[in-house]
Amino acid sequence: MKKDCSLKTSLNGSTLCLYFLGSWTIREQKCQQADINNLFSPNITHLTFNTASLTKWDSRMLVTLASVIEVATAKSISIDDEGLPTGIRNLLKLTEKKVLTPPQDSDDAGFFAAIGLQSTVFFKDMLQQLTFTGKIFQSYMRLYSGRARFLKRDLSYFLLDCGPLALPIVTLIAFLVGFTLAFIGAVQLQMFGADIFVANLVGLTMAREMGPMMAAIIMAGRTGAAFAAQLGTMQANEEIDALQTMGLNPFDFLVLPRMTALVIMMPMLAVWADFVGILGGFFIGVFSLDISPILYIEQTIKAIKLNHFMVGIIKSVFFGYIVAFCGCLKGMTCGRSADAVGKATTSAVVTSIVFIVIADAMFTFFFNLIGV
Amino acid sequence: MSKQTPLIEVKNLTMAYGDFVLQRNLTFTVNKGSIFTIMGESGCGKSTLLRHFTGLKKPAAGNISIAGIDFWQSSHQKRVEILQHCGVLYQSGALWSSMSIGENIALPLRQFTKLSEDEIHDLVEIKLALVGLKGFSDYLPSAISGGMQKRAGLARAIALDPEILFFDEPSAGLDPISSSMLDDLILELRNSLGATIIIVTHELPSIFALADDSIFLDTETRTMLTTGNPKILATESDSIKVRRFLSRDSSQPGNMPADNL
Repeated sequence: MKKDCSLKTSLNGSTLCLYFLGSWTIREQKCQQADINNLFSPNITHLTFNTASLTKWDSRMLVTLASVIEVATAKSISIDDEGLPTGIRNLLKLTEKKVLTPPQDSDDAGFFAAIGLQSTVFFKDMLQQLTFTGKIFQSYMRLYSGRARFLKRDLSYFLLDCGPLALPIVTLIAFLVGFTLAFIGAVQLQMFGADIFVANLVGLTMAREMGPMMAAIIMAGRTGAAFAAQLGTMQANEEIDALQTMGLNPFDFLVLPRMTALVIMMPMLAVWADFVGILGGFFIGVFSLDISPILYIEQTIKAIKLNHFMVGIIKSVFFGYIVAFCGCLKGMTCGRSADAVGKATTSAVVTSIVFIVIADAMFTFFFNLIGV
Repeated sequence: MSKQTPLIEVKNLTMAYGDFVLQRNLTFTVNKGSIFTIMGESGCGKSTLLRHFTGLKKPAAGNISIAGIDFWQSSHQKRVEILQHCGVLYQSGALWSSMSIGENIALPLRQFTKLSEDEIHDLVEIKLALVGLKGFSDYLPSAISGGMQKRAGLARAIALDPEILFFDEPSAGLDPISSSMLDDLILELRNSLGATIIIVTHELPSIFALADDSIFLDTETRTMLTTGNPKILATESDSIKVRRFLSRDSSQPGNMPADNL
């Protein structure tokens, strides 16, 4: 017996008989079949089936049959399904039952409408960010008046997570950044015989720019992403709805401890990163440029004043706010699926880094202007 | 309807999480073409038993054979082959949220058959029509209701025309009308496709409407209490617990009103 499936026809007066031969299953190779649209010549008024040589069938045959019947019905040919197996007749009946109809979607809008839609999305995002800022402000107001409810345990957990537990990775990155800076600077400064100014270069850059910046970027990837994923999953599981219906404000309960912890811990991480970076530069200065350790330290102390550290600290407070803001915003406004949680996390990290770099540029410009 | 040929045979199966034994000495057969329900109280290991059939959890002892092949002694490759002939409907649909309904159903067809894109498209449409979701193929799972997600999950489960279908609490979270419609659909699919169906459920109406055969798992004794057709078990079972379960009697065992049934 032939294994693969084929479709044969025989014409008897005005009656067309379709023969299904072989095994009609989705696991067979391609079926040999006539073009369904050309199956019916105009004088055919009646359609019958013969499945005597059919060995096996599944939905593959159902698909072909459904399209044959559709074409036949469109040409108002009467159909006699007596020749089909009972199972397939039942399934055909089932497909005809229309239980639900999907709502109509608007069609493709065109170029200008797309621009319009994009801008509304942009403004909606802006509005959302503003609303979120406002809600955070309200939440802190409630905190000052002692009405905000959240778990103290949560706060201490996030303080631990954003601080001590982040130290290893911050240390590693900051050390390597200081190390690299000193290397690059050393090559240039040696040409002028000004080796000792490597200390100034590393000290100033770390304290004013790289310390806070590196700490912020690490925390965006590490903690901002975690916030977005946690809150997003809670949103997907309706946990946030559960808090709300219980009369607990999700902002107080979830956003407040996270944001407070990060805003407190970020400057500390930045200062730590400053010192570790300077240590990285110190290694290069002492071992590669043969500057005496005492001289290097003295030069560093001469180069950086307290206000340089203050610049970095002020920046990092804002960076902490940005990272917590983006993480919590994306998490709280997340959709209810695994896919949405993934998107929220990515978006939280990308937005925080973009905002951090923009804020850093603005701060640098501003501090230059006022001459700090 | 059923020709009484055993398709799945379970012998002395013990299920355990680490040292914690959930159920022991489970022995039963599922006949080809029948609808078999796994019943029992919450937490007795119904869903875990299903996980043993679908290759997600290895038995602590005993064996399961599907169509004469020892499932867990076979190679991984062989198990994957067997599983391609099985379809599973998970409790909440478990549709992949990043893909549209149509893509969810098309994925197994694309991966495991050599059909052309046109044929796959037609197949997806017909599967959706079978479960009453014609025209929904471009929707994302998050855009449709829970009942519809379950139907779409069913369409995905029957994508490869499986010989065995597993359902994990098909009517959980559905209203009585939707759930009875789903029961009718399951019956109709079994009658037409000739598949063997294993259902985990504790919904009595579904049990009585569908089941040809069943097993009852007990939490206290950690083993099966009985097996057989639930319509007969409801009145003739030796176990009071089974009769009480099947008649929704929640009174204290001391009263034993089930004896008067």
